[in-house]
Amino acid sequence: MTRLVCHALDLKIAAKQVVSGLELECKPGQFWGLMGANGIGKTTLMKCLAGLIPADAGHVSLDNQSILAIARKSVAQQVGMMQQHTAFVFEASVLQTALTGRHPHLGLWERESAEDLRKARDAISLVGLDEFEHRSVTTLSGGEARRLAFATLLVQEPDIMLLDEPSNHLDLKHQVSIMSMIGNRVYSGNRLAVAAMHDVNLAACYCSHVLMLFGDGEWNAGPAAEMFSGTKLERLYQCPVQIVDTPAGKRFHPSFDEAMN
Amino acid sequence: MIQFGSRPLLMAILLLLSALSIVFASFSGSISMDLPTWWSALLNPQSMDGELLWRLRLPRAFAAWTVGAMLAMSGCLMQVLLRNPLADPYILGVSGGAAFAALLGMTLGVAASVIPVLALLGALISILLVFGLARGSGPWSGTRLLLTGVVTASGWAALISLILATGSDNSLRGMLFWLMGDFSYANLPGWSVLVLGLGLVITMGLSRSLNVLSMGETTAKLLGESTGRMLWLVYGLASLLTAAAVSIAGSIGFVGLIVPHLMRLLVGSDHRALIPAATAFGGFFLVFCDTLARTVLAPRQLPVGVITALLGVPLFLMLLNRARLRGPES
Repeated sequence: MTRLVCHALDLKIAAKQVVSGLELECKPGQFWGLMGANGIGKTTLMKCLAGLIPADAGHVSLDNQSILAIARKSVAQQVGMMQQHTAFVFEASVLQTALTGRHPHLGLWERESAEDLRKARDAISLVGLDEFEHRSVTTLSGGEARRLAFATLLVQEPDIMLLDEPSNHLDLKHQVSIMSMIGNRVYSGNRLAVAAMHDVNLAACYCSHVLMLFGDGEWNAGPAAEMFSGTKLERLYQCPVQIVDTPAGKRFHPSFDEAMN
Repeated sequence: MIQFGSRPLLMAILLLLSALSIVFASFSGSISMDLPTWWSALLNPQSMDGELLWRLRLPRAFAAWTVGAMLAMSGCLMQVLLRNPLADPYILGVSGGAAFAALLGMTLGVAASVIPVLALLGALISILLVFGLARGSGPWSGTRLLLTGVVTASGWAALISLILATGSDNSLRGMLFWLMGDFSYANLPGWSVLVLGLGLVITMGLSRSLNVLSMGETTAKLLGESTGRMLWLVYGLASLLTAAAVSIAGSIGFVGLIVPHLMRLLVGSDHRALIPAATAFGGFFLVFCDTLARTVLAPRQLPVGVITALLGVPLFLMLLNRARLRGPES
């Protein structure tokens, strides 16, 4: 199974250093949470991990080969990414859009098989969009569009799933449901997921590992149990954090009293 | 309503319409034929009616079909390329370069048979100019291409106005006809059929990639497309189709904008259905319009571009309105 490795990675966006000297080894069966304040460069790092943009120094590699040196089609067979936004200019049905997940697996003149169609329908029904199969994507709500983006990722069947704020725009039920589906694929299906997230509690429930970006290129990575400490979270968000012990484990929330002052 | 994959029945109907429109075009004109005359003319190319049929009407109808097909295909490609439903084959200045060269030729009094060659040359120069300026050293940028193309097109438009303003009165009519598109002197060069055929084969092979590209460059890249290469290929192909079309019959408006949209309303946005449908319908539509252009006020001929717009606008608005009334569920 494929590993995603960052070696001595330097990444800048405009004048801002996102990471410097990032060393990261992500293996199958791991669910990485990528955390950091707004605008710290999470999306930029995700794009670099997906091979969409080059790093300033160092490299991202898949199985010891630089991701930039691998043909896009072969990358897309192993790595899929759910973007933060998807804007649709042209009408297309929900089913048709989900089917584009099969694109990297098909040849030049090849058509989607009945099997591909079944995969697309399964994914659509898994995210609860079955009734919208023939609806145009331009009519979907924000949350529905997110669920369709996730369904398309499922149809693509990548070993490595990159997710840019997967629970964004989703209601509570669907937040939990999408995180469980990712977790299920990671832990039972022995795949790898890296998800940029803001919800500390969701991350604490599902992630096995965390990479924190503190700004100015500083970062810290490790198993989730070590990473979710009050000091690290307070440094991460520049905001006092309260930890509450519940029967299900630790829960985090900002200390509202101090934040108000 | 929105489906994926090909639509054999619809394609059969569109091809039948195309064939019928060509037959209809060969019947009508300032000298109309009845069925027996038409039949004997068809069988005897040497007779007088045969000459009319084989030397004038059929070549003109075939030229119109090919040009319509090329413009419609190019329109589909440009709309994907720029991810903009308002894009048409002329938006990046291809027709502007062609028109400037053609009008310049008319001003200088070159032979009518040289005008298409000049137009093609002008179109190719404009394509290379826009390509060179928009590419720069950086990666693909749709906005940059769009701006470069639109501004180049404005530059051509100014030069064209200059020629029109300073040209002699008796050449003005010819220039106007060229600018609006006209098949009076059109003939169909063999290479343009080759361009159309090649364009169709390549586009059909790439049509699933076009679907993905229309969802945006990043999405396409994530789904395995080498987008930079692919987008320049689409640009080259669309421009070449447009250059061939305008060199044959001038810049006929509206076909390249409206036919892709009409077909999108009919078959959906999957390019495996959209491209062949638009190609066939574009051909049919232009043959039909050209037949009207030379019969409505016969023996006077109108520029076909006038008819395409006069027919296309209400047809499009009607279909758009129907699509909206049917609601988002369609």
